Amino acid sequence: MSLRIETDLTRFRQIVRGHIRRELRKFMSKGELIGRQGGNVVSIPLPQIEIPRFEYTQRQTTGVGQGEGEPGTVIAPGDEDGEGAAGNGPGEHVLEVDVALSDLAEILGEELQLPRIRPKGHKNIVSTKNHYTGISRTGPESLRHFKRTYRQALRRQISSGSYNPDRPLVVPIREDRRYRTWRPVERPETSAVIIYMMDVSGSMGDEQKETVRICSFWIDAWLRTNYKGLESRYVIHDAEARQVDQDAFYSTRESGGTVISSAYRLCHDLVTREFPPDAWNIYLFHFSDGDNWSQGDTEECMEILRRDLLPACNLFCYGQVESPYGAGQFITDLQEAFSSDERVVTSPIENKDAIFGAIRDFLGRGR
Amino acid sequence: MKPSSLPTDLAAVQEEIRGYARAYGLDFFETVFEVLDHEKMNSVAAYAGYPTRYPHWRFGMEYEHLSKSYAYGLHRIYEMVINNDPCYAYLLESNGPTDQKMVMAHVYAHCDFFKNNLFFARTNRKMMDQMANHATRVRRTIERHGLEEVERFIDACLSIEDLIDPFAAFPEGTETHRAEPEEPRTVRKMRSKDYMQSYINPPEFLEEQRRRLEEDATRARRFPETPVRDVMRFLYDNAPLESWERDVLAIIREEASYFTPQRQTKIMNEGWATYWHSRIMTERALRADEVIDYADHHSGTVSSSPGRLNPYKVGVELYRDIEDRWNRGRFGAEFDRCEDRAEREAWDRHLGLGREKIFEVRRLYNDVTFIDTFLSEDFCRRHQLFTFAWDGRRDAWAIKTREFAEVKRALLFQLTNFGRPFIHVTDANWRNRGELYLTHRHEGVDLRLDYARETLRAIQVIWHRPVNLETLVEAKPRVISFDGNDFSESDGKAEPGVAVGSAHA
Repeated sequence: MSLRIETDLTRFRQIVRGHIRRELRKFMSKGELIGRQGGNVVSIPLPQIEIPRFEYTQRQTTGVGQGEGEPGTVIAPGDEDGEGAAGNGPGEHVLEVDVALSDLAEILGEELQLPRIRPKGHKNIVSTKNHYTGISRTGPESLRHFKRTYRQALRRQISSGSYNPDRPLVVPIREDRRYRTWRPVERPETSAVIIYMMDVSGSMGDEQKETVRICSFWIDAWLRTNYKGLESRYVIHDAEARQVDQDAFYSTRESGGTVISSAYRLCHDLVTREFPPDAWNIYLFHFSDGDNWSQGDTEECMEILRRDLLPACNLFCYGQVESPYGAGQFITDLQEAFSSDERVVTSPIENKDAIFGAIRDFLGRGR
Repeated sequence: MKPSSLPTDLAAVQEEIRGYARAYGLDFFETVFEVLDHEKMNSVAAYAGYPTRYPHWRFGMEYEHLSKSYAYGLHRIYEMVINNDPCYAYLLESNGPTDQKMVMAHVYAHCDFFKNNLFFARTNRKMMDQMANHATRVRRTIERHGLEEVERFIDACLSIEDLIDPFAAFPEGTETHRAEPEEPRTVRKMRSKDYMQSYINPPEFLEEQRRRLEEDATRARRFPETPVRDVMRFLYDNAPLESWERDVLAIIREEASYFTPQRQTKIMNEGWATYWHSRIMTERALRADEVIDYADHHSGTVSSSPGRLNPYKVGVELYRDIEDRWNRGRFGAEFDRCEDRAEREAWDRHLGLGREKIFEVRRLYNDVTFIDTFLSEDFCRRHQLFTFAWDGRRDAWAIKTREFAEVKRALLFQLTNFGRPFIHVTDANWRNRGELYLTHRHEGVDLRLDYARETLRAIQVIWHRPVNLETLVEAKPRVISFDGNDFSESDGKAEPGVAVGSAHA
C-alpha cells in the first residue's frame, strides 16, 4: 500500500521538477521564490499542474452560504490572482510544492550547464569525525547500548526457558552486553565564503536591489550544494563601506556618491582577518550601477584587485545593474584591465530577465 | 484484505454499534473495519479509498497535499468508507475511543445508504477487485508502451471524466446513435374537400412541412444525429484509437461512472450518516463520561462557516425537518394553503410518518431532487441560508440575497451536473473535415477559458482531428479551436451547429 503511493509520489515530484526546469527562466526573473524559503526547502507555487477541465469562471458563479449578515456583507476577501477562493467546493488552490534547495540548485546546474566547482588546492586539509555506525559485543561501559543489551538478554532467557511472563525479570549477563561502535570518517575540509558587496548610493533603486537579491539567492543555492558550511558576508558602500547583516544589506538606502575602492578595501580587511585564503574558498560578488566617483578611484580599485583580492579569491564577479542615471563606465574599465584573467567575470544585468544569463556567466567557470 | 484486523476492544465496540444500527432498521452490507495510522490513511484517501488503483501522478499529488495539510493540522480524516460488498471502512488509529464509536455509527449509516439508495443500485459492488484489475491492465499497458505515452493519454482522459451522462451512469447506458425506422418522406396534407384545400392546407403550411422534412434529412446525415452529452462514450465509440488507448479510456470512464452517484448524493449521504451517528450515540451508545468528547467532535462535524455550506449540516437538518414535518403532517395541499402563521406553527396531525418518510427519501432521492423537494422557505429562514457572489466594487465575495427562490436556484445550479458546465458533441464531421464540434450550453456563467483551452487540447489528443468549442464569452458567441498545434478563436456560428435543447437532462 505505502509502496504504491511512494511510486506515485516520486513520479509527481519528477513532473514537478520538469515544470520547474521548463519554467526556470521565469522563476529566476521573479523574486517570489525567495520569500518561500524555509530552512532547506523552497515552496514553489505551481498552478498549472492540475488536470484541466471545463469549469465555470469562479467570479460569475453564485454560492450558497449559511450564517449571519445582511446583503452586502463581505464574507471572503478576494485574492490577488483574480480567481477567488471562496465558494463552491475546494476552490482554486494554487498547489505549493516543497522542493529541497539542493534539488533546485541541481536543476539550476543542469539547465545552465554549470560545471562542478573544483575547490582550490587544499585537499590535504582533512578533518576527522567519528560516526557511530554499529553495534559490537565489546566496548567501554560508557557506550553500552541498554536497549539492545536487554533485548539480547530477553531473547536468551526466552530461548533457554528461564523467562517467566508472570514475573518478567530480565537480567543481562556478560555475553548479553552490546556496545555502540564508531568509525572515524575523514572529510576534506572545503569551507567557502561568499562576500557580497553592493553599491547603495542614491542611484541604486528598489528595482536594482531586487535584481541583486534574486541573483544572490541563486548564487547561494548553487554554492551551497558545492560546499558544506558556506559562510556569507555582506558589505554595502556608497562613499564609504561597512559590513552589515543580510537584512540591512537589502534594505539600506543611502544617498551619497560612489567610491568603490572603499568596499574593496573593507573586503580585503575582512579576508585577511577572518578568511585566510589557504583555508577558504573565497567568492566575491560586487553589484553596482558602475558610476564610480572618479577615474582615480577606479585606478585604485584595479590596484587593490590585482594586488590583494584576486590572489586570494576563487572568483571575482561584477554585476552591473542598469540604472537610469550615469554611464556605467566601471564594467568597461574592469574588462579592459582584466580581460585575460579568468578569475574575473563581469556581466551586465539590464533587467530581471538578464539574471538567467548573469548567473550562467558568474558560475559557468567552475571555479 | 483480512476479514477483520480490529483489536479486541474495537471489535467489541463494533458489535455493539452494529447491533444498535440494525435495531434502528438500517440495512447494510457487512462492513470490514481496518485501523490505519495517519500516513496510510492519507495514502488511502489519495486513492479515494482504494489502495489498489492504477499508478498515476495525481494520486501522489493528492497525497502530498493531504500529508502537508495534516502536518499543519488543517484537516484530519477520521474515517473513510467505500461502496463495496462487503463495505470497507478505515478508521484513524489516533481517534479516541469515543470518536471510534461515533465514527462506526457514521460508517454503518453510509453503508446503509450505499446499499439502498436508488442511484447506487447499479454500481459495481465488487469494485475493490475491479480497481485492482484496472491497475493491472494499466500497468501492463505501461510496460508495453512506456510510461510517458500512457500517462499523456490518461491525463487527456481525466480531463473529460466529467463529460459523462450521470443518469446513464452505467456501462451500457445511452446509445450515441440509434436507427429509426424509415418513414415516408412526403409532405403530408390534411384531409379536406377540394374547395377547402387552400384553407386547410395553405401553401405556407405545406412549405413549412417541406422545410421540416428537409431539416430532418440533413440531421440524419449529420453525425451525431442529436447532441451527445456523454462525450467520453462518444469518443470511446468513434475516436480513432489504438486498442490500448480504448482500454484506458474505458477504464477511466468506468471509474468515473462508479464515483458518480457519490458526487450526486454528497448532502444526502453525509446528512444521513450524521443523522444516525447522532441518534445512535445520544440514544444508545454514549456513556456519561464520553459526552464532552462526543459533543466536541459532533459540533466540529456540523460546524459551518459563512463562505461554504457544510453538507453534513444541511443534510442532517433537512432529514430532521422532513421527519418532523411528516410526523406532524406539515405537508400536502391543506398545509400549503394555510396562511395563518400561528396555525402553521402549531400544525400537528399526529401522523407519525416521519421515520418511514426519511427511509423512503434516502432510497429514492439524490441531492438535486432532495433539495428541490424538501428545501422549504421555513427551513431556509431558520438556517439563515443566503447566496453570495463576487462584488466588483468591494473586490470581495459578499452576501447577495436571502430570498428563498434565489437561494434554492443557486443551490440547485451548484448541484446540477456536479456544478460543471454542460458540454455536448454536436458535430463529429464539422465542415466536412472530420473536426469535432462541441457546444457549451451557456446558462449564464462563462467558462473559465484557460482551462477550457487546455481541456480542448486534451480532447484533441483523443480525437486526433481538430476540435472546436462553441460557447459564449461575455454574451458574444465564440468558437475556440485547437488543431493540434495552435489555438484560434472566431465569432460563433460560422457554420450552423445544432442548437442544443435546453430541456433538462
